[in-house]
Amino acid sequence: MREVAIVAFAQTRHTGHDTGLSEPELILPVINEVKERTGLRRFGFTCSGSCDYLAGAPFSFVSALDALGAWPPISESHVEMDAAWALYEAWVRLQHGDLDSALVYGFGKSSLGDLRTIMTLQLDPYYLAPLGLDQLSYAGLQASALGAEREELAEIVRRSRADGRANPYALDLPDPEGDDGLVAPPVTDGAAAVVLAAGDLATRLTSSPAWISGLAHRIEPHYLGMRDLARSASAADAARAAGVGKGPVEVAELHAQFAHEEIILREALELTGDTVINPSGGPLAANPVMATGLIRIGEAAQRILDGRNHRTVAHAAGGPCLQHNLVTVLEG
Amino acid sequence: MPSDPLVAQHVLEFPGGYTRTTGPVVGRFLSELRARRLVGVRTAEGRVLVPPLEYDPATGEPVTGEYVEVGPAGTVTAWTWVAEPLAAHPLDGPFAWALIELDGADTALVHAVAAENVKAMETGMRVWPVWRDRPTGHITDIEHFAPEVTKIVSPVRAEYRLQAGGSLRVFLEGVARGVLLGGRCERCAKVYVPYRASCPECGGIIADTRELPDTGTITTFAINNLPDPRAPEVPFVSAYILLDGADIPMIALVADVPAHEVRQGMRVKAVWVPESERTASMANIRWFAPTGEPDVELS
Ligand SMILES: [Zn+2]
Repeated sequence: MREVAIVAFAQTRHTGHDTGLSEPELILPVINEVKERTGLRRFGFTCSGSCDYLAGAPFSFVSALDALGAWPPISESHVEMDAAWALYEAWVRLQHGDLDSALVYGFGKSSLGDLRTIMTLQLDPYYLAPLGLDQLSYAGLQASALGAEREELAEIVRRSRADGRANPYALDLPDPEGDDGLVAPPVTDGAAAVVLAAGDLATRLTSSPAWISGLAHRIEPHYLGMRDLARSASAADAARAAGVGKGPVEVAELHAQFAHEEIILREALELTGDTVINPSGGPLAANPVMATGLIRIGEAAQRILDGRNHRTVAHAAGGPCLQHNLVTVLEG
Repeated sequence: MPSDPLVAQHVLEFPGGYTRTTGPVVGRFLSELRARRLVGVRTAEGRVLVPPLEYDPATGEPVTGEYVEVGPAGTVTAWTWVAEPLAAHPLDGPFAWALIELDGADTALVHAVAAENVKAMETGMRVWPVWRDRPTGHITDIEHFAPEVTKIVSPVRAEYRLQAGGSLRVFLEGVARGVLLGGRCERCAKVYVPYRASCPECGGIIADTRELPDTGTITTFAINNLPDPRAPEVPFVSAYILLDGADIPMIALVADVPAHEVRQGMRVKAVWVPESERTASMANIRWFAPTGEPDVELS
């Protein structure tokens, strides 16, 4: 396996409202930031993650390419998923051995529509979408299946919001009122970019590359009634395949949009009480859909790039109720 | 940037809907639904998937061609309450989403449960489908599931004809004139109202009627929170009122005062309907209302 590292990460200062910036305008600063940080102007491969349904415009990712300077033609791909999977595709591409660098970015403007109903469109068109089952509703079913204590859930939200207030990129959100465990993730607009470099290039670009020592994703049936919603078998499988348990995990950035998802993921990844969870505030403090998962990887990598930690784990999720899970292990 | 935001509305829609083929497995389920039957499909390992999928999610193997009728009742394995339904939801009022394991199935169906309130929902409860009038072969042919029938409401209504003869007629004829009639027992020296023919204490005959004023004192009262067709509003107060000069209190409504301000010893006066509307009925007195006089010390 070819050694690949994250050598730069940038994210927008996310907002809870539409600032009026177009998607290329949203992306441009983070692309420029990682270009400056690495000194790279061109990349062997470029891959992005986004969702056309967020903007309600087909092929909206194509117009977003305006932020890149894609002429002369670049080698480019896109996933209609969180950009964490774009990073996976770029990592696989670098395994081919003929390219040394990759640019990965993701973006989302959730403020343009009603995310609750837009997320209904990801459900199957025969059994679930026609019912109008929305994001909060299926998260509620999962919370019910787990049966967690309301106080434990409220504490996760409070901790995430407090950490988010200390993170200049996340939203400045107050503590939720009451002890309702089913606090919806914030509506967030934002973007993020990561640069991958293979082998020697990585050590030339930074003194402390965040090496990807493990990377795997697994998926479960889409239909909610065919799974044990209280557990995430696919997150557990991905964590085992990525080698999470092969060493101590100092920090884990989890793509938990709802408090109960954090409890399910901690168990699936077999994280111990020593692991600091979501010091960035996580998706409960900023949730730019389609960039949120990539930001988890970026936040976990940044701690190694900064020399603060030696071994961190990032998790990204897609689909209803943690259907699809990607786990990354990063080492200094 | 201009100081006023430039905003446009934008709708994404497939006019007339998006046509999809179902394939044989999903199609079979939907066809059975149209016939108001619920079926699952058996996997090679013998489990019954409801709703059917083309493959076994556990193994990825194709399912068998064996369809099994399940339900129609099922058990709720998880649920969440929707206090404010969205436009796309199947019910207009508050309801629950639930995972429902239909009888005979090994997986759970996701659907709506119409329950009276959140307290009526619990994991393990039994639910039954409520079908749409004209099924078309769509998951919404089941309008929703409803809790198993565990109680019914039986209406009770019987009609009677009451005739006021004797002492009641004497009293009501007084009420028709706007007068409250009592009767005094000579032996016991007590005044009873409404007028009655005999003394409940000594059994003696009461011959003399006596006109009583329509003012009195509340001796005790109750605040009622269930609606009553005779009461002005909910909550309303019913009270025992000792008319001035009487020895026995009469029961009547009290109004024109907030329920929580009614008290024992409060002075009240009857509120009569206008003279032109009076009949030989207690409906002549709407209710009693406070007079504003100082309270009376009750012995
Ligand atoms: Zn240009």
